[in-house]
Amino acid sequence: MKRHVLHPLWFAIAVVGLILIARQFLVPDDFGVHGDSFTYNYHRLSNVQEWKDFPVKYRGNESCLECHEDNVKKHRRSPHKRVQCENCHGPSGNHPDDVEYLPLNKERSLCLRCHAELGYPESSARSDLPSIVDRRHKRKRECVSCHNPHDPREEVE
Amino acid sequence: MSCSRRDFLKDSIGAAFVSALPLSAFTFLTTDEAKAAVAEATVRWGYLVDTTKCTGCGMCVKACKNENEIPYDAPVTRTWVERYVVTKDGKSHADSPLGGRDGFTTDKIRDEEINPDDITKAYFVPKLCNQCDNPACVQVCPVGATYQTHDGVVLVDREWCIGCGYCIMACPYGVRFFHPDHKVADKCNFCYHRITKGMMPACVESCAFGARRLANLKDPDDPVTKIIMTERVAVLKDEYGTKPHVFYIGLDANVR
Repeated sequence: MKRHVLHPLWFAIAVVGLILIARQFLVPDDFGVHGDSFTYNYHRLSNVQEWKDFPVKYRGNESCLECHEDNVKKHRRSPHKRVQCENCHGPSGNHPDDVEYLPLNKERSLCLRCHAELGYPESSARSDLPSIVDRRHKRKRECVSCHNPHDPREEVE
Repeated sequence: MSCSRRDFLKDSIGAAFVSALPLSAFTFLTTDEAKAAVAEATVRWGYLVDTTKCTGCGMCVKACKNENEIPYDAPVTRTWVERYVVTKDGKSHADSPLGGRDGFTTDKIRDEEINPDDITKAYFVPKLCNQCDNPACVQVCPVGATYQTHDGVVLVDREWCIGCGYCIMACPYGVRFFHPDHKVADKCNFCYHRITKGMMPACVESCAFGARRLANLKDPDDPVTKIIMTERVAVLKDEYGTKPHVFYIGLDANVR
C-alpha cells in the first residue's frame, strides 16, 4: 500500500487507541448497567446515593412542636390545621442552628392564594373555601391585623 | 458418521467448559446483599393527583422550588399547576402564571376577562414528572446521564449530563428543563432524598387539601395504592406508550 494511505491510517488507529486508553481512566468504575435494562439502567451507580444525600429543607409540623408548642397546639385545633407551618413561615432548614428567625410573610397575597374569590362554579374545589373579593375587602390592610392565622376563628384585638 | 478418538475428546472437553460457564453466573449473596435486593424490589413509587381537591393555591410549587433549590424567579419549575376554565361556547381557557408558584388570585386568564355566568366548569390540574416505566427521556440520553432507579424514579446525574437537551425534547409531558445554575437537564424526582428517608415529597407535604399523594404501588396495603387499584383513575397521554405512573382522579378531556 502507498504511504499516503498508510500514514493517515496509522494516525487514525493511534487516535482510536488513545481514546480507548483514556476511557479506562475517565469512566468511573461504577458506570454500567445496574438493573435489567441497558436502555433504562445504564448509569453511574454512586449518583443514586448523591441524590439521597440532597439536603432536606421542609421538616414538617412535628419539628416545630418542640419549641413553639403554644402556636402548634392552637393551630392543631383550628380549621387551618391542614395547612403546614412551613407553607407560611417558609422552609425551616436547619433553623434555629443557622437561621435564628424565619422570615414572616404577612402579605395579603399569601392568604389570597386560597381565599381569593374567583367566581367559579361549585365543581371547583376553590368555591368550597371562604373567600373575599380582593378589591372590595379592606384593601390596604394586612389580613393578619384582624384574623389570627393560627386560628382564623379568633380575631386579633 | 465417523468420529475419531481425538475429535471425541476435544468435543467433550469443549462441551464440559460450555456447560460449566453459566454456573459462574450464580453468585452467593451475603445476607445483607440478599436483603437489599429484596427490599429494592418491594418499592415502586407512584403518585396520585386528585384534581377535584386542588384549589390552585400553588403552595406545592413554592415548596418544590425551595426544597429542590430551583432558582425561585427563573421561569422553570419541577412541578406546576394549570388552571382550566371552560365556557358555555365550549372553549377551554388555560393558564399557569409562573407555574402557579404564587397561586391563582385573579379571575383574569392571560389578561382576558371571563364573565362568571359563562363558565360551565373550572378546575386546577397539578403536573409533575410521571416517572414512566418506558421513559422516552432516558432512551435518548447519549451519555447515560439519566436513568431509572430500582424503585421506578428517573434521576439525572448532574456530574455526567452534558446538557445536550435531547431529553428535554423527548419528554411528551414537558416536565424537563435546563437548570440555569447547574447547566444540566433537571426534572422532578419525587424528592428522592425525602422518599428514601420515609418522608413525603415537599409538594405532598405542603398540600393542605390532600390533592397530591405518594404511593408505593408494590404494597397492596398502601392506602393510596388501594385508591389507584379500586377507583377510576386516568393518566396523561397514554397513547405515547410511556406507561406514566402519575394517576389522576377527575381528569377532564380538556387537559393537555
